Amino acid sequence: MSGTDKRNFALAAMALAMAALLPLFDTGYWLALGVSLAMYGVLATSWAMFSGPTHYISLATAAFFGTGMYIVGGGVEILPFPVLVVIAAVAGAALAVLVGLTTMRISGVYFVIFTLGLAELIRQVVTWVQTTMGSSSGLYVLTEITESMIYWQLLLLLAVVYLVGWRINRSRLGLALRVIGNDETVAAHVGINTAKAKVILFVISGTVASVTGALLAPRWTYVEPTIAFSPMISFQVVIMALLGGVHRLWGPLCGVIPFMLLWDLISAQFPNQTTLLLGVAFLLIVYLIPNGVVGLIESRLKRRSSGNG
Amino acid sequence: MLEVRDVTKSFSGLVAVDGLSFDLAAGQIMGLIGPNGSGKTTVMNLLSGELKANTGQIHLGNREISKLPAHAIARQGLARTFQIVRILPAMTVLENVAVGGVFGHARYWGPGLETRALEMLARVGIRHLSQTPATALTYIDQKRMELARALISDPEVLLLDEWLAGLNPTELTDGISLIGELRTEGRTIIIVEHVMDAIRSLCDHCVVMNSGRKIAEGAPAVVLSDRAVISAYLGDDDA
Repeated sequence: MSGTDKRNFALAAMALAMAALLPLFDTGYWLALGVSLAMYGVLATSWAMFSGPTHYISLATAAFFGTGMYIVGGGVEILPFPVLVVIAAVAGAALAVLVGLTTMRISGVYFVIFTLGLAELIRQVVTWVQTTMGSSSGLYVLTEITESMIYWQLLLLLAVVYLVGWRINRSRLGLALRVIGNDETVAAHVGINTAKAKVILFVISGTVASVTGALLAPRWTYVEPTIAFSPMISFQVVIMALLGGVHRLWGPLCGVIPFMLLWDLISAQFPNQTTLLLGVAFLLIVYLIPNGVVGLIESRLKRRSSGNG
Repeated sequence: MLEVRDVTKSFSGLVAVDGLSFDLAAGQIMGLIGPNGSGKTTVMNLLSGELKANTGQIHLGNREISKLPAHAIARQGLARTFQIVRILPAMTVLENVAVGGVFGHARYWGPGLETRALEMLARVGIRHLSQTPATALTYIDQKRMELARALISDPEVLLLDEWLAGLNPTELTDGISLIGELRTEGRTIIIVEHVMDAIRSLCDHCVVMNSGRKIAEGAPAVVLSDRAVISAYLGDDDA
């Protein structure tokens, strides 16, 4: 491990420790915002681990997120919560393998549409199952888990995601993904099993999203397909990750924080125009800062250092 | 080393390669020539796994590779350059070369990888450009980089698809002598080329294609004066 790595580790650990203190000061508005930040931080970072290097835009986040949430919703009265989280992880991974193996051969817009359709398909199936077999369209999730605990669990998950991402970036797998993102034909011809590399990352990303859904289930005492499988989750994750920048592990988090703060303000002021404003935000980001906040900062720094030297 | 048997490839009715067979012995440099559209690049793509043959077999050493995907063929020891040079634009020259030595036939990682990649860059004469972004290279240097990326995997068979195309006369001389050095190293190479001087000076053996078929085979001097070959390139007397 190099000196820079040690420094970054120390900084990350300090930031995490400080973030973990939040529930001691406020358990109302700020904690609620903190949970949202942590949730989207995890989702956007794990999304970017797959979509950043490969340039495959996945809109399947809600499919995995909802699956995890429904596993907790359906099993919370039968099994202990930690067991359900593990089941959610396994189910998310299995779903990602299935989807990955069928979709990695399609690329571009077809992949985007397929992943969007997947979330919708699962939502419809869940709704159908609930209305035909059960009596209501939702599930009650009544637990002893407080919002502070959810927050800490999410922070822990975020730390795990960062460690995994850091490890991958330094591995052959990380290099393989960069080559795939540069030129998939070259990747195959230097001996990279491109389908396998993409599926592995898609599985990691899907597993994390499913676990996130599972951890958040207790936050809403009543879980419905429209909440759990909301396409808004998938879109917001993409926007935040792109806003932050997907070519660095810590990029998406730099998008999550300003976006959530702004989003909170917008949805309070203009509750009826949120979707419209989301679309506008997406256009502005893609046109004005294609490499995200991180890309913007890096090019400024580079310009300054080259200007001086 | 490489054995091609009755390979046919058609694209929705158009037969691009029609029952092609040839053998390539270890240490041999073979020229694959023919007029435009005769199917040479399709043959290269069939060998490297970019395309799959409809019928026929290709063996590399003792293993059949005609059913394998491109990445598995690369691991068996076949490396190539592309007709239109393919660089990894977001990477440095050193990284571009290094990726050839991580996943393929030879596998390096860590400090050994960098040393080996620098050796390859020195081998093709652009070691001083190792930290340059790949996009900043001139055309010939990009071609050199691509060659280094193929060589780092220590391939059993190397495919050069019009590697000399688009070079000016000085660069051409340099390019020919570079391939000549590979020949003295004992590499096994297939060259697709339109530059006949290169074919004459480099190749031991030539396969001439026209409309997907092999029309002649043998030593370059003999093949290039063959009547069928001349008429394929220049047309028949009465045409």
